[in-house]
Amino acid sequence: MNDKIKIIAGLAIFVLIFTCPFWINGGKAKDVPKPVLSEKALAAKTCVLPKDEMAKNHMQLLDGWRNSVVRNEQRVYIIKDANGIEKEYDMSLSNTCLACHTNKAEFCDKCHEYASVNPYCWDCHVDPNVKEASL
Amino acid sequence: MSLNIIMSLVAVVVLGAIAFVGGSVPGLQSVFGIWIPYAAVAVFFLGFAYRIFKWAKSPVPFRIPTTCGQQKSLSWIKQNKIDNPSSTKAVILRMFFEIVTFRSLFRNTKSEIKGDRISYEWEIWLWLAALAFHYSFLAVLFRHLRFFLEPVPYCVKIVETLDSFFQVGLPVVFASGIVLFAAVLYLFARRVMIPQVKYISLIADYFPLFLILGIAGTGLYMRYFLRVDIVAIKTLTMGLVTLKPLIPANVSSMLFVHLFLISTLLVYFPFSKLMHMGGVFLSPTRNMANNSRMKRHINPWNPDLEFVTYEKYENDFREKMIEAGLPVEKES
Amino acid sequence: MDIKPEEMIKINTKPPAKHWMDIPADLSEGKFCYPAKAKSLEYLHLPNPRDWSPADEDWKLPENWQQIIHEGFKERLDKYRSLKVFMDVCVRCGACADKCHFYIGSGDPKNMPVLRAELLRSIYRNDFTTLGKIFGRLAGARKLTPLVIKEWFSYFYQCTECRRCSVFCPYGIDTAEITMMARELLNLIGVNIHWIKDPVSNCSRTGNHLGIQPQNFKEIIEFFCEDIEEITGVAINPSFNRKGAEVLFVTPSGDAFADPGTYTFMGYLMLFEHIGLDYTLSTYASEGGNFGLFTSSDMMKKLNAKMYHEAKRLGVKYIIGGECGHMWRVINQYMDTMNGPADFLDVPKSPITGTVFENAASTKMIHIAEFTADLIKHNKLKLDPKRNDHLKVTWHDSCNTARAMGLLDEPRHVLNAVCNNVFEMPPSTTREYTFCCGSGSGTNTEEIMEQRLRGGLPRANAVKYVHDKYGVNMLGCVCAIDRAVLPPLMNYWVPGVEVTGLHELVGNALVMDGEIERTMNLRMEDLPGAEGDSDE
Repeated sequence: MNDKIKIIAGLAIFVLIFTCPFWINGGKAKDVPKPVLSEKALAAKTCVLPKDEMAKNHMQLLDGWRNSVVRNEQRVYIIKDANGIEKEYDMSLSNTCLACHTNKAEFCDKCHEYASVNPYCWDCHVDPNVKEASL
Repeated sequence: MSLNIIMSLVAVVVLGAIAFVGGSVPGLQSVFGIWIPYAAVAVFFLGFAYRIFKWAKSPVPFRIPTTCGQQKSLSWIKQNKIDNPSSTKAVILRMFFEIVTFRSLFRNTKSEIKGDRISYEWEIWLWLAALAFHYSFLAVLFRHLRFFLEPVPYCVKIVETLDSFFQVGLPVVFASGIVLFAAVLYLFARRVMIPQVKYISLIADYFPLFLILGIAGTGLYMRYFLRVDIVAIKTLTMGLVTLKPLIPANVSSMLFVHLFLISTLLVYFPFSKLMHMGGVFLSPTRNMANNSRMKRHINPWNPDLEFVTYEKYENDFREKMIEAGLPVEKES
Repeated sequence: MDIKPEEMIKINTKPPAKHWMDIPADLSEGKFCYPAKAKSLEYLHLPNPRDWSPADEDWKLPENWQQIIHEGFKERLDKYRSLKVFMDVCVRCGACADKCHFYIGSGDPKNMPVLRAELLRSIYRNDFTTLGKIFGRLAGARKLTPLVIKEWFSYFYQCTECRRCSVFCPYGIDTAEITMMARELLNLIGVNIHWIKDPVSNCSRTGNHLGIQPQNFKEIIEFFCEDIEEITGVAINPSFNRKGAEVLFVTPSGDAFADPGTYTFMGYLMLFEHIGLDYTLSTYASEGGNFGLFTSSDMMKKLNAKMYHEAKRLGVKYIIGGECGHMWRVINQYMDTMNGPADFLDVPKSPITGTVFENAASTKMIHIAEFTADLIKHNKLKLDPKRNDHLKVTWHDSCNTARAMGLLDEPRHVLNAVCNNVFEMPPSTTREYTFCCGSGSGTNTEEIMEQRLRGGLPRANAVKYVHDKYGVNMLGCVCAIDRAVLPPLMNYWVPGVEVTGLHELVGNALVMDGEIERTMNLRMEDLPGAEGDSDE
């Protein structure tokens, strides 16, 4: 019966669409990206927070900084480091974070792109290292 | 609370607990992260196809569309082409609206007896919640392609951008996930709070709701509270779809719960009411044209039956017919 | 009826505390249709003929009745995709619940279409699904017991196959289809009702449900003609079983038998006379209706076969069908499939207007409302709608012509041409949303009057609305069962509203050639303004 042909065609389309990850990738996965630390960052040994915490919570820290600076005009971030010594940071993505992590493409973008995370940081902020080059 | 609700909830909680424990034991991670998901996907597709074939095997002997508007008849009478289609094109349109906009459900009314009057009010909430549920589920599913494709296609990114339109918080909030969770909650609440609907509800109605609630809940929890290492997760999921499965370090056990509940849903899907996804395409009251007076519909098993022919009838009544002056074939 | 309308409309919609599987059907006197007599079943060669009553404990089912039901169920799942899909895809969203006239009128949860289907689905799960076999009641399955059969008997004869629920179902699940299957299954073990089987056996023998024999059929029509002559002064001599006529006219025998259907029949006769149609009536194919539809597809086919058989014998060109609801479900959705192809007939063409009815190109059968609407559109009828001025008419769309055909605007076009005062009921109760009369699908029997009045409540209530608001006093319809059952329904819920067929109104408004001045309508009631007022 001709409606069976239609049904099988429909089913085939359904399966084709829902299995697309299996055949679009062609069985090849790219290497998993790892953030590359700049020499300056390596030398500093520690970030604002310990490394693991930074990996997990950097987006929230930055969101907090953004709110603090933009809404409350508070620019200084004070935190005790592992040895209990208070440290002060200027809450600035471009001047603090990127001062150390000089290679945005290798440090930030690599993972973000892999996982399709599109932080809107760069809607306003610029990468100071790239800026000079483009001028 | 009825037993059906408790049992469904317990079932989902137990499933989640099993996966949580399993996901915490390094030796079992490959079972919950690789082998069960693979098996579930296989069962889903084979089961789905099996069910469709089973339906397709039975013929549609009669043309029985439910006509919801004016038929095609005289040229000057305006036909309702969508709700009473007479051509294949119009049927496709009717099916399109049915599947994409839930047109029939949109008609929903609520009847109520007020004194000596019965009133019928338009009841849009079920339609709205159903639409919200299905579309947010679709959006969530589509967004998850970012874990399964490398590079992530542009269309997925567009959906992500639209979905995070309001740019709330970091990680940015996707509206679809929240809407999905809320819609499932609404559908559950309605099932419990409307006495008639509660009366007809089975475990088969509550279980998928809790299961989807569990899936959405673990997803939201991982994204917004645990903030799991998504690079590790994508390593795992890419391993799955490229058939080079691996369990990377640093994968949260919550992911195994998420994966296991999804696997359960995939396995459960073909053997449950969730098959309405395929069934809606095959509903003979919707997918047929009302043209059985214009074109003969064929019943493959049309039986040959004996009926009382005119000859038999005349044999029975001949004398009376002659007496009444009615014409007959044979005079005696 | 012992219960007053004010009392009956107080309906408790709270579901019982007990699970529905634990509540047996109420089969006390007045709650069930009388069973079919042994002799009707014998005549029709149907299984298990016996004398029994639903009120009995023992229904005298055949020894292997469970096996019969199981195998019958399986056979139907293999024959009907509709049944299979409808058994599987329901999500119990409840959108259908308050769309059923029986649920609105009774509050009994088993009258919610979803639960009515579950009555069957629970057995389907038990017999045909893995989950049901393993988990039993937890999966919504249950074993087939005599109580289940009793429940089916009760509730599948509390469904009139009107398809209103199907309009609202997101998957188009049609309870009519489910009820038809359930009734077929019950038929396999000899559980049937008198009100259906009697007409069916009559129809087999005499050609019509009422068992009118050929000579009587002729007499009845001649009697109508005498009345017409008295009222209009025009003598009509219709022909019977005449070979070579252009058109065979078939209408439900109810129109020949009982008021107010008889007046509709007179309307047909006057119309055909007026336009000079070359037609004939058949005493053999003297039934448009088909109670086989309410029995089984096989029975439907056998009864329906007569129309083409007779059309072929008489050598007519095409068939016109009268005003009937379920008759048109059969003709529109089943006839050509079952008993076609009608390649010995021509595509219907109106001899008066020349209109070719392409929408009936294959069936070769048109509805009289289509035929008459076309005549009126082409100004071929002389009409005096003022004769219907004492009527304030509202229009009842019959379930089958509305939801299994879509005949909505044709009768309205005719109605508006023959009546000046037409008022529509609220839109949620007309056209595809129309409510059943409450007595369709062979349940128009006296012994279940309360069920009929409850089922008819939503329809009656909408009539009451226009009766109170506009003074509506006449309910028009194109269905013979409607004409038989709406009068008692109106009498109970909306006294002061009478019931008419479309062509009775046409007959009254029709200005025939050579007619005398009309002083009476077809009911032989004085026309207001004709007699009394002319003296002034």
